[in-house]
Parts: sequence; C-alpha cells; structure tokens
Amino acid sequence: MTDDFSIIPAKAGIQGGGALVAALDPRFHGGDGVTKEQTEPLFAQQAPPATRVRGYWQSVFYRLRHDPVTLVFAAIVLLIVLAALFAPLIAPFDPYKESIVGRLKPFGWRGHLLGTDELGRDVLSRLLYGGRVSLSMGVAPVLCATLIGGMLGVIAGFVGGRTNTAIMRTMDVFYAFPSVLLAVAIAGAMGGGMANGMLALTLVFIPPMCRVAETATTQVRALDFIEAARASGAKTMTIIRYHVLGNVLGPVFIYASSLVSVSILLASGLSFLGLGVRPPVPDWGLMLSTLRQSIYVVPLVCASPGFAIFITSICCNLVSDGLRAAMDVRM
Amino acid sequence: MNSPVHNGSALDPRDRGGPLQPLLIARELRKHFPVKSSGGKSIKAVDGVSFTVRKGETLGVVGESGCGKSTLARLLLHLVVPDAGELVFDGELVDTPELPIGALRRQVQIVFQDSYSSLNPRMPVRDSVAFGPFVQGKKKQQARDIACAMLGKVGLDPDLFGPRYPHELSGGQKQRVNIARALATEPRMVILDEPVSALDKSVEAQVLNLLRALKRQFNLTYLFISHDLNVVRYLSDRVLVMYLGRAVEIGPIDAVFERPLHPYTRALLASRPSMDPARRIEEAPITGDPPNPIDPPPGCRFHTRCPFAETTCEKIDPALGVWEGPQSHVAACHMHDVASGHSRLAHG
Amino acid sequence: MSFYILRRVLYAIPIAFGVSVVCFSLVYIAPGDPLQTVLPPDATAETIAIVKHAYGFDKPLPMQFLIWLGRVLTGNFGVSIATRRPVFLEVTDALSNTALLAMFAAPIAFLTGYVMGVVAGCFPGRWLDRVVTGAAVMGVSLPNYWLGIVLVIVFAVELMLLPATGMGPSGSTGFHIYEWSSAKFLVLPVATLAMIPIGILSRTTRAAVAEVRNQDFVQTLRAKGLSEWAVIRHVLKNSLPTVMAVMGLQFGYLIGGSILVETVFTWPGSGFLLSKAIINRDVPVLQGTILTLSLVFVATNLIVDLLQSLIDPRIGRA
Repeated sequence: MTDDFSIIPAKAGIQGGGALVAALDPRFHGGDGVTKEQTEPLFAQQAPPATRVRGYWQSVFYRLRHDPVTLVFAAIVLLIVLAALFAPLIAPFDPYKESIVGRLKPFGWRGHLLGTDELGRDVLSRLLYGGRVSLSMGVAPVLCATLIGGMLGVIAGFVGGRTNTAIMRTMDVFYAFPSVLLAVAIAGAMGGGMANGMLALTLVFIPPMCRVAETATTQVRALDFIEAARASGAKTMTIIRYHVLGNVLGPVFIYASSLVSVSILLASGLSFLGLGVRPPVPDWGLMLSTLRQSIYVVPLVCASPGFAIFITSICCNLVSDGLRAAMDVRM
Repeated sequence: MNSPVHNGSALDPRDRGGPLQPLLIARELRKHFPVKSSGGKSIKAVDGVSFTVRKGETLGVVGESGCGKSTLARLLLHLVVPDAGELVFDGELVDTPELPIGALRRQVQIVFQDSYSSLNPRMPVRDSVAFGPFVQGKKKQQARDIACAMLGKVGLDPDLFGPRYPHELSGGQKQRVNIARALATEPRMVILDEPVSALDKSVEAQVLNLLRALKRQFNLTYLFISHDLNVVRYLSDRVLVMYLGRAVEIGPIDAVFERPLHPYTRALLASRPSMDPARRIEEAPITGDPPNPIDPPPGCRFHTRCPFAETTCEKIDPALGVWEGPQSHVAACHMHDVASGHSRLAHG
Repeated sequence: MSFYILRRVLYAIPIAFGVSVVCFSLVYIAPGDPLQTVLPPDATAETIAIVKHAYGFDKPLPMQFLIWLGRVLTGNFGVSIATRRPVFLEVTDALSNTALLAMFAAPIAFLTGYVMGVVAGCFPGRWLDRVVTGAAVMGVSLPNYWLGIVLVIVFAVELMLLPATGMGPSGSTGFHIYEWSSAKFLVLPVATLAMIPIGILSRTTRAAVAEVRNQDFVQTLRAKGLSEWAVIRHVLKNSLPTVMAVMGLQFGYLIGGSILVETVFTWPGSGFLLSKAIINRDVPVLQGTILTLSLVFVATNLIVDLLQSLIDPRIGRA
C-alpha cells in the first residue's frame, strides 16, 4: 500500500514566489558526461505546479473537514456509539430488572425517561444496552464481508479468465435472492441467535462487495501503469499489493460505508422476526417486536426502539453519502 | 547525427555476445487475438514478423494504426505471450532456462504512450519510478535514491517533483517520469511505444532530445515505434515498416526515406503534410481504408490498395527478402523479387 | 438481437439451478438432524428407520438433491408439518395475497417515485431537489417494519380510521377489493410497502434524469429550437431504460422481501407464511416458500432484462 512509500512533505520552498524563482533559475541537472549542446533547452528547470503537495487521502480529509453537514451527522453517530459503549456507566437502571407493578408506563414515569416495557424494565437503559447488540450486528457483518468479498473480488478481477467466471457466477446465484429473504432464510434455517444472524448477514453482503471489488480491479488492471509494473518484473502479488489495492480501496470503502446503514436495518429486522439475540438480552429489533402487542397502551414507548434504529441508520447513510462526495472527485 | 558512433552496448559488463551479435533477434513472431463472436476467426495482429536490432542502434517501427506496432512492442517483453516465433536476446533464447522472462525484463524496458493511465494516480511520482528497482531487489531507501537520481537525469528536480502526484504534472513532465521509470532499472534496451504522440509539438522536441542524450549517456539500444514519420527519421538509424501485421520493408533510415522500395512506404512518405508549396500534390497518395485484420486479403496484403498490383500479387504473398547486413535494404514486394515475374521488376 | 434474448434466457437456467441447490442445502445447515423436523421426538428406532428410508435421508446427498429436485419440478413440495396441507397449495395461496399487495404498492410507488425523481432531476440544486433527495434518503433509511407500526399507531390506535392488522374477518377467501370493508385492510400495508421503492426510485430517477440532461445532445436540441417541454420528453425517453431496470428490481423485492411488513400487519402473504414456518420450524414450508420466492425473483429479473433490451437499443448488440 502507499503507506509504505510515505508521503514526505515537500520542502518549504513552494510558497507563492518560490515556484516563480524556481522557474527562472536555470539550474542544470544534467547527468555526467553530457555535452553542453544537449543541456541547453533540455535540462532547463521545469516549473513545478504552484499548489501544495496533497496526497489523495489528505485531500479527502480536507474536503470532509469543510463539509459541515457530514460532520454533524458523523458526530451524532459517534454519540450513539459512545452511548452504547458506555451504557453501563450512563444507563439509569438495570436493563434486566423487571417490575410487575411498573409495566408499560409512559414517558417520564418515576424517573424512567422513556417509560417501561411489558415486563417493567426501563426502556432507556435497554435502548442503551441494546445499542451494543444492534450496532455490532450492523458493523461486524460489513467488516467481514468487506474482507472476504473484497479479497475474492480483487482476485477475480486481477486473475480474470476461468477463476473470474467461477467466482462471479457463484456470486450471481446469491444475487438471485432478495437480501431480506436470503438473510431470513439462512438465519432461520440455522435457528436464529446472534452469531447465526451475523453469519447470515455476512453471506448476504459478500456478493455485492465482491462485485464492487471486481469491477474496480478490472478497471484498474486495464490501465497502463499495471503493464509497466509487470514489465519491471514484479510478481502478481506485489503488483496487487502496491498498485491495485491503493486504487481499489476507494470504491470498496465507499460501498462498505453505505452498507452499514443497510446492515443495521437488516439486523434489526432479523431480531424483529425473532432471529437475533434471545430474550431477555436487549436489542432494538427484538424490543420493537415484543412491545408491538402493547401499542394500544403506550404507543410512544413502543415506537421508541424503532426510532433509535431509524436515527442510527439515517445518520450512517448521510455520513456515507458525505464520504462518497469527498472521495469520488476526479483529481 | 544518427549513426551509432560506438557500439556502446558491447562495452556493457552484461554483454554476452560481443559487438557483432545483434542485441535482439525476432523470428516469425505471431500473435492472433481470437474474436469471440465470429466463430474461430481471430485478429491477426502480428503475423510473422522478423527483424534484428543491433547493439547501440535505434530501430524505428512505423505504420498506420492497427498495423500491429503496439502488439509487437508487448510481444518483445512477453507482456503478451506470442503464439509462435522466437526471440533471441544477446544470443540467448528468451523464455528458456538460460534466459527466463524475469531476466529479460531486467535488461529490456518499455515506455508507453502517455495516456493519463501510465502512472499510478495514487502514488507519488518518485515511488512509481522507485518501484522497478525495488522489485528487482533493492531496498526501499536505495530504490528511492535511485529514483531521485533518475528524475534528476531526465530534467525534473527530485525534491520538487518527487513527492508529486501524476495529476499535478503536465504531459511532458509525465513522459519524463515514464522515461525515468524505464531507465531506473538500468536496462540495455528500451522499447518506446509512441512516446511523443500525445505531446504538444514543442514538448515533443524536448523529449526527443532528451531521449537522444540519454541513449548516448547510458549506452542504450532503442526500438522506437511511431506513426509520425518525421519523428522516426529524427531518431532512428534503421527503420521497419509494418502493414497489417507484417513487415513490408526494412533498411537504413536514409535509404528507406529517399528511395523507398515498397509501394506502401512510398505512399506513407508521400502523405506527410509539408509546408513546402513545391511539394503540393493533387491526389491522395493512397486510397481506401486498411482491410480488416480478421480477414486479410489473399496474396500480398497490400494489393487491394496498390497502384502496381498484378495477378501474381493477388495470389502469392511476397517474402521480405534476405537480410544480408546492416546496410541491407529489403522490401516484401514482387516488384523487387526477381523470381516473381512482375512486369515492373527492378523499376521500383 | 434474438441471440441476446436466447443467451439471457439460457443464462437464467444455471442461476435457477444454483438457487435450488441453495434452497435444498438450507435444511442441511440447520442444527440437528433434518429427520427430527419430520418426526415426533419419541419415535422408536424402527419408525426412524422407516421414515428415513421413505424420505430418502439414507441416500447420498447428491442423490437426495436430485430426488428433491424431481419432486419439486412436478409441483410436489411436500406437506406442511403444521397444517398437513400440501406445501404447494399453502405457498400459492399465500403468494396470491402478497401479489395483491404488490399490485397496489408497485404502481403507487413507481409513479410517485418517478415523478419525484423527474422533478428533482429537472431542477437540480433547488429546494425541490433538496426536499425530494431528503425524502429519498429517509425512505431508504427507515425500517419499514417500524413505519408500519407507526402508521398503525397513528391511523388505527389514535385516529381509529383503519384496521391494524390482518386481511379482514373473512381472511383471503372473503376478500372483495371493491368494497371498502375489505379494501381498508389494504391501505396501511400498501403504504408501508411503497415507502422504500419510492425512496430508491426517486433517487435513481433523479440521477438518471440529471445525467441525461447534462449530455451534449440536449443542448443541441435546444439550439435547434425545440421547446423546453419537447426537450424534457426526450430526456425522459432516454432515462427510461435505467429507471425501468430499477423498477423491475423493486417489484421483485416487493414480492420476495415483504416478510417484515407482512409480519407487522399479519397479512397472510408468502412473507408471513415464511415467518410462521421459521417459528414452527416447518421445514417443507420453509424450503418451498424460499424456493418459490427466489425463483419468482429470478424470473422478474429475466423479464426486466429482456424488456430493457427491447427498449434500449444499446443493449443486445453482440
């Protein structure tokens, strides 16, 4: 990756006038043994562009820093993540503590900011703890699918030929299922549970990730600098490592970030159907499902887990859109 | 001056065959690209091309688009694997245990036509140049030092240009980087595939002069491919003319340009635009489009556009003629083959 | 051109085959012995052996697959463990209910989404565009099952205008679309289902329209003196193929991905059948439903591709 050849900041000479001076200064950088007749126009100092040296990732960060909308939503996502992470510290009540008397109470009843659920447990605390499950079930499958699908896609794209056909046609079979159906089918067949749900989602996301990686790799592979790399004698793995990955990472990363919100939705959907964690573990989708019976009693309380899912999902979506805008610019 | 004053390559410590051994011999190189839709047909990109390149010279290769020049360039480095034919580099057969492809690629390098895709957009220019030496065993810092030195030799200040990205450079600067990249691994021969075709004329001149200077400085041998005849004349010692995957004429540059043997060469030379009103011509020197490379005409491939074609040209494919020595000038044309019975024999 | 059609149809066959392999193997990734799904827990060893042989569980896997495939191709999907009815009947009944939802949701969603997208694409950057884009993002990020619940809360619990769940007191047999007493059960599920396609379609349409408008030929048309309305018609015609492809895909999702919405509204469609089958571990129904739904999806994609090749002259040239 390009990290190995790290970007050394340009010397301090390029600030406004520096470029002009450099252009006027006929320094000769001829090699040894070159006669004067050849040095004249040939080695006259080339005028460098008068902009700051900025690598690709630096320019991405620069654009992001100046994009207030995306930053706001990223902050919200961060808040949600932190809240889930520090749930044991912030949660006002024990999420598992039931109360026969205090069941299905509305917002604000005796300190329960978001009311209580059908077993008398504090909804706010359960939401905070539930965030851990829902968020990890949202992020982990995307990570795994990016690694596995990305690797498969790069191999398929770079090697081409029969390997490509074999891999991509297999992916096509999984593409033939609507994602919800496939996730439910796999999770359902395996009997539910958090691990099976994550596995199901990973399998659902591998084909599209593979396709994105394969398309990007195929495009990169057709470019001349890959041939130049081959011409200098590099082996396939070296070329992939230094030339292909750096160029493929962009599209893959953008796509993965857009998958996170989908994954959160699907994961909660699986829990809603009873295919996620088992009760009494708090989880947003599961909470939505169990509270559904009680919408006639405390409608707002029952809707709150879904609201959490919605907020998280939409913020992730907007952040990923912002990332795409920052990363997708033709330089 | 184009003639090789000294066979620099022969003094190279890696030299195996001595000064008289041609650096590269290509024999009957063939590459057909199968076409998917029309059954077993294929595009005959390179169809039996043979030539030699002597040590220290510049061999120009000219022809229209689609004649197979670029495929030929890639064949010489085995970037595309030939279907048939052999390559002999400095006396050793390529792609054998004596000279595996990897070893060939240490001694021969290529400079591509500068499209925006010839440099990795995510790598600083210095790292792109350093990649070659790095791959061939140098440590990272050493490779970087070599890269910086090389950038300097092509006229780019390594401190100013090294950390830059390709999109920050102009076309001419990018091409200098490509040249630096090719030379960083210290090859003995460089294949230049239309290196100046994408550049403005003023920049073109600079880059051509750079190439000449570097050749002398590093004792290089060049194979220079271009469709621009004037550029080829400026740089080459001998020239090979290609048409539809075949070599139709080969000889010393002045001989070919002043006394072209093959009608195609004649037409190519006549169709160069000129500023001289005295050289104005009324009709186009050559008519029609090049025929389909999937289905070349029988007999001599050029006969459909040749003003001198006769029945023997439609039936028999002329051979290139025996190449006797460095000054030898031959063409694949029945008009110059005594045995063919063409009515215009030896009239040229 | 017909070559392309033939190739596309032939291509669907190995896909369908792969789909059936996946469906078949679902049973085998389940924990526990598949035999236990069809047997009561206290069966004797003798009974086990008989049933094993009858179901073919004692044969090698590829053999079992072929037997299963043969049965499936003749319409024999087995018998539901829960209801003892043939799975084929259960699935087709349920599928017709889902199709009912889809047939209402699709036109509403497509029309709304398309119009929104066209409006946004024709006035890029203005407030209309922002509103539409914002709505689209919301539509895609909203969990549709939650929206269903919210709609139920608003319209059934608070306002008491519409029923909360189900298909009516007489179920699917007594369902008359033209009477409000039945049709009112349709409103909320259809609205919920339509939400995601509206979001996706408006985004896609907007992008397609904006892209076509930026092309040079549009300027040429204006320069030739065409009225703005005529130009818009050209733009719409050119952006149609992309949009149609997405519409087709969304229709497939409406049929195949309706499980969550149907569960919320206990609408007796194929999705609801699936979730019941999961809870009951009714394996024959599980397999049959998944197989049917995914094959419908494959067929929908095939039809969409073929239609697209008819409309878009760029596709189909070899």
